[in-house]
Amino acid sequence: MKFPAFDYESPTSLSEAVALLADHGDEAMLLAGGQSLMPILAFRMAAPALLVDLKNVPALDRIDIGADGITLGARVRWRDIERHTGLSAAHPLLSAATRHIAHYQIRNRGTAGGSLALADPAAELPGVAVTCDARLTLFGPGGERHVAAAEFFLGPMTTDLAADEILTAITFPAWPGGRRWAFREFARRKGDFALAGIALHYDLDAQGRARDAHIGVIGACDRPHRLHAAEAAIDGTDVDEVAIATAAEAASSEVSPMEDHHAPADYRRALVAILIERALQDAAS
Amino acid sequence: MKVAFEVNGKALEVDVEPRLSLADCLRDVLGLTGTHLGCEHGVCGACTVIVDGEAVRSCLTLAVQVAGENIVTVEGLSRDDDLTPLQAAFRKHHALQCGFCTPGMVTTAHALLSEEPNADADRVREVLSGNICRCTGYVPIVEAVLEARAAYRTAEGES
Repeated sequence: MKFPAFDYESPTSLSEAVALLADHGDEAMLLAGGQSLMPILAFRMAAPALLVDLKNVPALDRIDIGADGITLGARVRWRDIERHTGLSAAHPLLSAATRHIAHYQIRNRGTAGGSLALADPAAELPGVAVTCDARLTLFGPGGERHVAAAEFFLGPMTTDLAADEILTAITFPAWPGGRRWAFREFARRKGDFALAGIALHYDLDAQGRARDAHIGVIGACDRPHRLHAAEAAIDGTDVDEVAIATAAEAASSEVSPMEDHHAPADYRRALVAILIERALQDAAS
Repeated sequence: MKVAFEVNGKALEVDVEPRLSLADCLRDVLGLTGTHLGCEHGVCGACTVIVDGEAVRSCLTLAVQVAGENIVTVEGLSRDDDLTPLQAAFRKHHALQCGFCTPGMVTTAHALLSEEPNADADRVREVLSGNICRCTGYVPIVEAVLEARAAYRTAEGES
């Protein structure tokens, strides 16, 4: 269908954008790349009175790599991540995960901030954010606040973002040298939303054993989250066959997968186990 | 709302509703019906146009969003006198049957090869996976795009 009628504004500052949101309450929606919002409008699942386009708000397209971490502005596109020369070394997990997102044309416009604010349970970036303890920056009428990714995603398409707030950036903690990591997902076709996916990393202690394992799941549950029982099964081990099998088993009893027309819950549970196994083999090899 | 942009090298100004997609603006306001609309929700790729050198889905882009930008449609990728190397490769390999998806295939391939004239077969397949074709089975399209690479290496592909 054609889009419902709306007004359009393209403010040139964050405070101007927030003022527009505050004036219009639930009637206004933010537009960045539009690669999820436009289909939602075409299906008439939303009919906002006003679209506030962030394209002229400066500095939201920045990628900053520093000693304290890696910050992506909300308007950084998948294309920008893919083509950035320093990012695959600065955060290999982020880089690898974003390669699974959507198709060529969508990647040229879809943004990091849009994916986070939409909070699709199968989306890659929210999953990497939760796995890596990323921090989100939100800007509202009262100024800036920060939220841990783990507390930002509340359910399918539901976040902690208020109607008059704008997600402006995501910051990942710096990536230490020698860290082991992997990203695996299963989708029917490349570029489709994953039926399930696993992002993980761990570090090695002086004896070469795994410590501080972070294992996150996407697509299988109502929001991305970490699998603490699976992480515990890896910490302190050599990530050998036994540890990997234990972690996979722990993960499959730890998840409570969604059931929909794409896959039954048991199928997703089995996928989570096999993806953890393969991801841990990738990371250990 | 008044918006000014460039289409196929020509500076234009249109007066449109904010909700008008770039695809509908090109087709219905500017009469450039080479851009096809299949699904109208970003899945099929038929409406692909090139905005500032990048392939985008014109059904997921508003006309008002591309103010000041440079848009190239499939009409802008042809010549009056003969076929471009990309068009000639599509013809040689029978890379179209009904032709509905072809404008999106041509614009996508042009954007890709302009940036990556050495794209390998895997990369070409990956990029074309964003465009649906229900006739050809894709093999001849991939062959055509691979053959057209040579022209983009020498910049002849720029039309």
